Amino acid sequence: MAMDSESSTDAPRESNPSVDDAGPERAPDTDEVTFGWEGIRAGFLTGIPIAIGVGGYGIAFGVLANQAGLSVAEAALMSATVLAGASQIIAVELWADPIPIAAIVATTFAVNLRYSLMGAALQPWFRHLSPTQIYGSLVMMADENWALTMREFQSGGGRGAFLLGSGIVLWLFWVGSTILGVLAGESVGDPDQYGFDFILAAVFVALAAELWEGRSTLVPWLVALGTSVVAANVLPGRWYILIGGLAAAAVEVMRHDG
Amino acid sequence: MVEVLSLDPLVVGVILAMTVVTVIAKVGGIWLVRRFDVSERVEAGLDILPGAIVIAVLGPELAAGGPAEWAAAGIVLAVMWRTENILLALCAGVLAVVAFRAVV
Repeated sequence: MAMDSESSTDAPRESNPSVDDAGPERAPDTDEVTFGWEGIRAGFLTGIPIAIGVGGYGIAFGVLANQAGLSVAEAALMSATVLAGASQIIAVELWADPIPIAAIVATTFAVNLRYSLMGAALQPWFRHLSPTQIYGSLVMMADENWALTMREFQSGGGRGAFLLGSGIVLWLFWVGSTILGVLAGESVGDPDQYGFDFILAAVFVALAAELWEGRSTLVPWLVALGTSVVAANVLPGRWYILIGGLAAAAVEVMRHDG
Repeated sequence: MVEVLSLDPLVVGVILAMTVVTVIAKVGGIWLVRRFDVSERVEAGLDILPGAIVIAVLGPELAAGGPAEWAAAGIVLAVMWRTENILLALCAGVLAVVAFRAVV
């Protein structure tokens, strides 16, 4: 199977390119998409350096999960099943006793809604795959391996299992670093000593730096900032987070092409 | 020390609920795109959500802090911008907040 995917570029093209290119101008070659070990392997190997970087966030998440009172097993379970960094960090920030279940689940959904767009962007290539291959791969999707996979596809590499392969290596590092982080947090003891109470704010500043997309981001972020600060003073609990995010999204929808 | 392997049923339940909504978010887009057209407006709104929510967490958090926290946040931002290394930025931020708190 792996050999087939390699030699597929040599195979005679049966489809008429002029028919396929009738759509978007710069339509990439989406004719030949395979799904096999070669793609998994390529994704896995390409993903290693990125996964090491993601490990930094995993350690930070583990420390925060420990501060929130989660055990190693609970934090590892969350990393293994949710596999979405920013939403997990926000969830443990919301964590309290009793657990604000509705706020956590709703906020997780809101933070992860972007994956819908990212997954949909893979459709030109994924339409060649079976539903099992598509949905199995998408479950392993995170920001980092999605970006790697888009690059792979855009450059004409039709290895459909690339997302899955890079997702697997990401998953291994994410879960492993989460466990390390919880154990590290456990051994430190009192978190407020040594300024460890500041880690959370620091993680969010770092996340913001990564999510900044230039000046177009400024207005919605100011809306989120203003709305959340006001809502935090007016409303109970942590609903100000969701309200701030949704207000910014609403403004962005109204502003678009306006 | 907390038992490292303890699994609280309620906590597991919340984690599973988070998993369900995350999986829906991950696979829902491609499922929808085969059936409906998502307008660019809605796309732009969804795209802005993660960053906006991060800011919504951060704003009140920093507003509750003081000059030491604000200055340390600036250090994190500067290190992150220059190095794009999350661990380095976090360490610098934590060291900075300890130093600034001692001064302020």
